[in-house]
Amino acid sequence: MKSWLAQHRQALGLALQRLAANRLDTLLAALAVGIALALPAGGQMLLANALQLARNLSATPQISVFMALDAEPKTIVEVENKIRGHAGVAGLRRLPRSETLARMKKNQGLRDVIEALPGNPFPEAFVVTPRDESPAAMEPLRNEFAKLPKVEHVQLDSAWVSRLDALLRLGRIAVWLLAALFGVGLVAITFNTIRLQVLTQRAEIEVSRLLGATDAFIRRPFYYHGALQGISGGLVAWVIVSVAALLLQAPVAEIARLYAFDFSLELPPVIQGLQLLGVAAALGWLGSALSIGRHLGD
Amino acid sequence: MIRFEHVVKRYPPGGDALADVSFAIGKGELAMIAGHSGAGKSTLLKLISAIERPTSGTVLVNGQNVGALKRQALPYLRRNLGIVFQDQKLLFDRSVFDNVMLPLALSGFQGREADRRVRAALDKVGLLARERAMPMALSGGEQQKLALARAVVNRPNLLLADEPTAHLDADTAKDVCAILREFHRVGVTLLIASYDATLFADGMTRRLTLQQGRLLS
Repeated sequence: MKSWLAQHRQALGLALQRLAANRLDTLLAALAVGIALALPAGGQMLLANALQLARNLSATPQISVFMALDAEPKTIVEVENKIRGHAGVAGLRRLPRSETLARMKKNQGLRDVIEALPGNPFPEAFVVTPRDESPAAMEPLRNEFAKLPKVEHVQLDSAWVSRLDALLRLGRIAVWLLAALFGVGLVAITFNTIRLQVLTQRAEIEVSRLLGATDAFIRRPFYYHGALQGISGGLVAWVIVSVAALLLQAPVAEIARLYAFDFSLELPPVIQGLQLLGVAAALGWLGSALSIGRHLGD
Repeated sequence: MIRFEHVVKRYPPGGDALADVSFAIGKGELAMIAGHSGAGKSTLLKLISAIERPTSGTVLVNGQNVGALKRQALPYLRRNLGIVFQDQKLLFDRSVFDNVMLPLALSGFQGREADRRVRAALDKVGLLARERAMPMALSGGEQQKLALARAVVNRPNLLLADEPTAHLDADTAKDVCAILREFHRVGVTLLIASYDATLFADGMTRRLTLQQGRLLS
């Protein structure tokens, strides 16, 4: 075990030496890998923030039921009772048309318009809170309520949440596609770096073999080289995403404030950064493995 | 220690580099393989270290049929041999010290023990003062001594040297021979391939002469 650890320590040291010996190449490779990884990592951060925003906004999705203007009070009460007694309804708030009119009149821009009308243009309405807030459960409720007598219109207040949900699903797929694409890119960059390293170290490899180096001894530093390149690229990506998030935080908060949202862009959590480094290291290792399998196979 | 039994080595499409070669070298011998360039001396040494495999016949080293060894077993054979290559095969981007350290690193040696062994090997060949130098800064003779130090640092019981005095002036060649004799004196079995049949004229226990791949004596 001690010997095994010593061999790995030695291989890691050799890989670090080789990286340090070619500082410019190392830096350029880290930048290339970092920029490639920053796109999906940044996309993931934006998506996580958008999800958080959607969760905040859609905390209580509701269904608005509007009665016909000529609905009799008796019919309105019957509809109210039916909705209130429905198994899928968690709560109901009645909005009398007189209250709606009074509330609207308080609005400076609407008062003159409303007063010019011959009567109260607002219908009786109910705001229904469903038990199941998922769009799939709310849609049948909407259809059911629309069939009640003298119900003029039923509106799902969560319709835009569904649209946002669909957009986020699309975004998630796009981020995964980007991640897969740039992951392949990272593997390709590492493959080529290791190919060049094998060519550079050919004399050393040959001499080492002649003097009794095992395949594992020869390959190990290249594995570490690839993994370290992945990690350095991951670190660059992490810095890019974090700096971008810091720069965007104030403008995003300002826009949110203008739209009356309480929202600020969150920096990616540390665990996500560690995951990024882990994935980058694994992809670097994979690129090395493919490259040395191809170039040191004999 | 080394036994060749009807060994043939053929490089297609050419002729036989070695043709039906049989001989045996015992432990502690100082044996020499003489012959002109192209006689098959280097091929014979490569067969012993399993750099090449025989076309037919058997090559035994310490009772082990090295021609039949699996690829994974080769490193362990080579770590027990000291090899001085005809072209030295030094690493020119590593210091003298690091060149000698390489075989020890391959065998898992590290730390003070490894440093001590490297310095002992460099001391034996007279290069201790130049341990930090790069091989390019050494003379031809010093490079050959460096190759010798690297070959013996693992304390092998068999040392193979391919033209160890080639391209050296007479005095330096004499130095290299003296170092080789010193190794022999402490019990290392030596097998030296050289075109110069007068090398080791005294003290040699066996001379094998090759001509166009055939053993003459």
